[in-house]
Amino acid sequence: MTSGANGQLTEQDPKDEMTSRPEPTHEKGLSQQIAVTAEPAAAGEDVWAKEKVFEVNNVTVSYDGKAAVKDVSMDIFRNEVTALIGPSGCGKSTLLRCLNRMNDLVASAEVEGEILYHGNDLYGPKIDPVQVRKVIGMVFQKPNPFPKSIYDNIAFGPRVLGLKDIDERVERALRGAALWDEVKDRLKDNAYGMSGGQQQRLCIARTMAVDPEVILMDEPCSALDPISTGKIEDLMTELKEQYSIVIVTHNMQQAARVSDKTAFLIVELDSTENNRWGQLVEYDETEKVFTNPEDPRTEDYVTGKVG
Amino acid sequence: MSGVRTPGSERARLATAGARAVTASALSRQPAKDRIKGNIFLALLLAAVTIALVGLSALVVQAFIEGGPRFSLSLFTDPPSSLNVENAGFRPALLGTLYLILGVVVLIVPLGIGSAIYLEEYADSDRWWNRAIELNIQNLAGVPSIIYGILGLAFIVRGPLDLGFILAAGSLTLALLVLPVVILAAREALRAVPPSVREGSLALGATQWQTIRKQVLPAAIPGVATGVILAISRAIGETAPLLLVGATTFVTFNPTFFGENFSALPVLIYQYAARPQEEFKVLAAAGVIVMLIVLLAMNSFAVWLRNRYEQQW
Repeated sequence: MTSGANGQLTEQDPKDEMTSRPEPTHEKGLSQQIAVTAEPAAAGEDVWAKEKVFEVNNVTVSYDGKAAVKDVSMDIFRNEVTALIGPSGCGKSTLLRCLNRMNDLVASAEVEGEILYHGNDLYGPKIDPVQVRKVIGMVFQKPNPFPKSIYDNIAFGPRVLGLKDIDERVERALRGAALWDEVKDRLKDNAYGMSGGQQQRLCIARTMAVDPEVILMDEPCSALDPISTGKIEDLMTELKEQYSIVIVTHNMQQAARVSDKTAFLIVELDSTENNRWGQLVEYDETEKVFTNPEDPRTEDYVTGKVG
Repeated sequence: MSGVRTPGSERARLATAGARAVTASALSRQPAKDRIKGNIFLALLLAAVTIALVGLSALVVQAFIEGGPRFSLSLFTDPPSSLNVENAGFRPALLGTLYLILGVVVLIVPLGIGSAIYLEEYADSDRWWNRAIELNIQNLAGVPSIIYGILGLAFIVRGPLDLGFILAAGSLTLALLVLPVVILAAREALRAVPPSVREGSLALGATQWQTIRKQVLPAAIPGVATGVILAISRAIGETAPLLLVGATTFVTFNPTFFGENFSALPVLIYQYAARPQEEFKVLAAAGVIVMLIVLLAMNSFAVWLRNRYEQQW
């Protein structure tokens, strides 16, 4: 599954990887606003000592020179679900879209700081965004199936990547997304005939069909009813065995239910109140963020006092 | 619920009755002045539609009354004649029109779709040259066709291309004439494909070209095809530019693509109508029916195509 995760983007200088992989950065790289608990008290295992997929170091993203999210530093770990929560406009989607370079599609977007993917600088000069997106898939807020048959929706990715055994991949992906039994008899039907929840699972299946290492989900359940949401949440818990998942959500219960670690971002205003940007307040184990947060602003948000 | 009337429920009854009276007056008929204004406006709209329809149907009815008796399928197969009016038909002109249109399609499909893809998917609309191209295409769509005729004569028949008065020159001229329309229609069709489809494709690691080729373009094909067919319909009816690039001769033999001496349906209708004899005027009217049939068939096909493959997002 992880085959070639390091080598796939480009043939990068191996020494690059050595130098750009600092010590546990969750302490070192963090700016002072971010309250980070050191090691968790519970369970003998060190939850911060796992393999890192992303290391986000002092990242600022701006559109047309205006910062949308400022100075974020966090590590994202393998085979975990990492949730980004916070009020509207806090830049969590912006941040997510940096992780597979979808922000490149917005001409005015500019990323400062450093995002390392297995130690490789994602924004390095030799990196091809198309290759990045092959290993870091994305599921969007609104289900966006292609106007094609269910089968062709899944087969599209493997076909453009020149992969073999399309039939087998389609079945595997649909089974993985818990959709196979519902659609196996109508694979040739147009995907627009499916329910919203099915469409979203189709989009997840489509992403899985190209064997990514990471799946980014941008509010994947916000357009779905609670039953479909439950199915997708169950799916996430299963998928993290195989993939690393980063999810943006407005639904705090969802973050609490599915994620291992949670990052809380807020909207900051400058003194003139003309400029607003997102900022990371707290990043910790989900349980700690929701039960015993370090920062009072986090507590206000997760308990529903604000936002 | 229980039906026991207390003073409190009496108050509620009064309040309900009051609210009902107020609501009734608020929802009752609007003032007469507003109603009259509305009716006048409606009448004007209907008058506009009627004038347009009456004008159009008068032309069609006139053609059918005059040319109907003369109309027969042999019009499609008989060559024209200036002597034997009973056996005169439209075959070379019909073939000329078909060849012209074939050439137009071959030219406008790749050029029109290519330009539209560039402008819609690749061009950065912040750059002044891209905006200038856009503005020019919109203006070109409104240039009178005779101008294109002069352009065709100067640059295609003579001048740089120097093709002579051949049918292909007519195709080229007509293609230039309808190209802006095709580009605009194809751009509309591409724009109607939601960005989420492009994002979904790119997020799977498809390149921009794969995304356009395999997702955006197939989804836009019905719209593009409709635009192409409507442009062709326009090209079929054009006479003025063809007169300038050589479709003026009275030919009785079938045209060839690179041969001189060709004709087209509207040109031949014009030539018949210009003759003094009454029989030829009748023949011209029958020719109008032939052309209407060709045009209606094409437009119906365009509508069918759009309805058949239209994508609801």
